[in-house]
Amino acid sequence: MKFFQSLGHSSLQFIAKLGRSSLFLWAILSGLGYTLSRPSLLIKQLYNIGALTFWLIAIAGLFVGMVLGLQGVYTLSTFGAESALGVMVAASLVRELGPVVSALLFAGRAGSALTAEIGLMKATEQLSAMEMMAIDPLKYIIAPRFFAGFISLPLLAALFSAIGVMGGYLAGVELLNVDAGSYWSQMQSAIDFHEDIINGIIKSIIFAWLVSWVALFEGYDATPTSAGISRATTRTVVNSAFAILLFDFLLTALMYGAN
Amino acid sequence: MICIRNLTFSRGDRKIFDDISMDIQPHKITAIMGPSGTGKTTLLKLIAGQLQPDSGTILINQQNVHQLSQAKLYQLRKQMGMLFQSGALLTDMSVYDNIAFPIREHTQLPESMIRTLVLMKLNAVGLRGARELMPSELSGGMARRVAMARALALDPEMIMYDEPFTGQDPISLGVLVKLIQTLNQTLHLTSIVVSHDVQETATIADYIYLISEGKITGQGTPKELYNAYSEWVRQFMHGKADGPVPFHYPAPGLADDLLDSP
Ligand SMILES: Nc1ncnc2c1ncn2[C@@H]1O[C@H](COP(=O)(O)OP(=O)(O)OP(=O)(O)O)[C@@H](O)[C@H]1O
Ligand SMILES: [Mg+2]
Repeated sequence: MKFFQSLGHSSLQFIAKLGRSSLFLWAILSGLGYTLSRPSLLIKQLYNIGALTFWLIAIAGLFVGMVLGLQGVYTLSTFGAESALGVMVAASLVRELGPVVSALLFAGRAGSALTAEIGLMKATEQLSAMEMMAIDPLKYIIAPRFFAGFISLPLLAALFSAIGVMGGYLAGVELLNVDAGSYWSQMQSAIDFHEDIINGIIKSIIFAWLVSWVALFEGYDATPTSAGISRATTRTVVNSAFAILLFDFLLTALMYGAN
Repeated sequence: MICIRNLTFSRGDRKIFDDISMDIQPHKITAIMGPSGTGKTTLLKLIAGQLQPDSGTILINQQNVHQLSQAKLYQLRKQMGMLFQSGALLTDMSVYDNIAFPIREHTQLPESMIRTLVLMKLNAVGLRGARELMPSELSGGMARRVAMARALALDPEMIMYDEPFTGQDPISLGVLVKLIQTLNQTLHLTSIVVSHDVQETATIADYIYLISEGKITGQGTPKELYNAYSEWVRQFMHGKADGPVPFHYPAPGLADDLLDSP
């Protein structure tokens, strides 16, 4: 009996939260016009959110690419297929690892920072004070951060993939003597613009949406105490990670499942 | 100006206001006093439309605050200044920018005129020299005075001060009391002052409401309240420890509590 009671209670809470977050998203989206009319706010957030995650993404991309290069050579050489290394590295990066890993890193670096920032602004009544000055914090504070995240993550994911391909080259060609010509030419002929690159970009756009939404909503909905903000920050990282992996599965099934 | 009718508001199971009605006269200073935790800040947030009442209405200039569209409510709030109990300064801007912020957002004034306005507001609260500081570099009393300057930035018709005197030394306290009074007289503002400082508030208030446990326990001009018949009101106004207003949160007797070692 107790079990069903608590099950019912938590499902109700979940549905209520879903409702609140949808309204929240709607309010952000209707702030698009405002954000476009105030480019300085957007640029500041692009710097805060995008540029500060740059080095993390660049270094992670390099190492992931190098590991792919090493693993690829060991696996492919058993079939004598080292010349396909370029295709393998690029396809894994562009289709999967680029969007997914950069979204996970982005949630950890920028998402948690956003949640903490918004939560603290709520706790110190700064959001309330703005409302009292007849300035809508959803438009002034939240919307520019959302769109900055929305723009940054796909660019960061592309950067991740590009640097990863370089990393694969370093490990495979420079270190393990795979032929440089076949690394690039096989990659060029086998990677399809629509099939691989566009699909990867679609993924990263959807992840950008998910992470920015989760991070900002958790901050806005946080209990305005230090414990509440720390819980909200944790929830941002955990829920974003779940959402990214779940949607990655769904999108992959949709994009590549049919053929 | 502000007309509150049969207002009821609860937090969880606790009724913060139980069917209260009050009127706030235009161009006057109305003080709201009461023990800590009775809901004075909550009342200001209800008036400003940040909280929704369970029942009852609040009319400001004949408009029902809780039925306005967001655009109309924001229009109304431009004429409303609020000094938050915590100050609530925007922490990533300097003192100067905090005060310039509402002016920049709501007017098209050139930067030179904004500068003049900001410096005048800061001068009024004695902090013109602190304009380059960040909010984290201010003391509690200074932050509250900056917040007061910000509340005045748009020259509102109505202003709500939540505990403006807390944390002020005797000199700035005197200046602030004077400032609230002068603003009210020269600009014909409607002011609401929430305060625990009975003495200071009574010298400037035209009318006082005392609230406690969800009800209005006393109202009148300061003079009327000082001489009130009700023992509760007299105790509060004269700040006496003995009387019907308990100082302690409900608890067993001190001796019992001390002897009752586990
Ligand atoms: N966000 C909230 N959630 C739940 N209860 C709250 C919240 N804010 C205030 N309360 C409760 O409402 C009551 C009134 O709070 P309020 O801040 O209005 O008191 P106050 O009269 O301004 O007190 P003080 O003089 O100490 O500032 C308090 O008992 C408090 O416990
Ligand atoms: Mg209060």
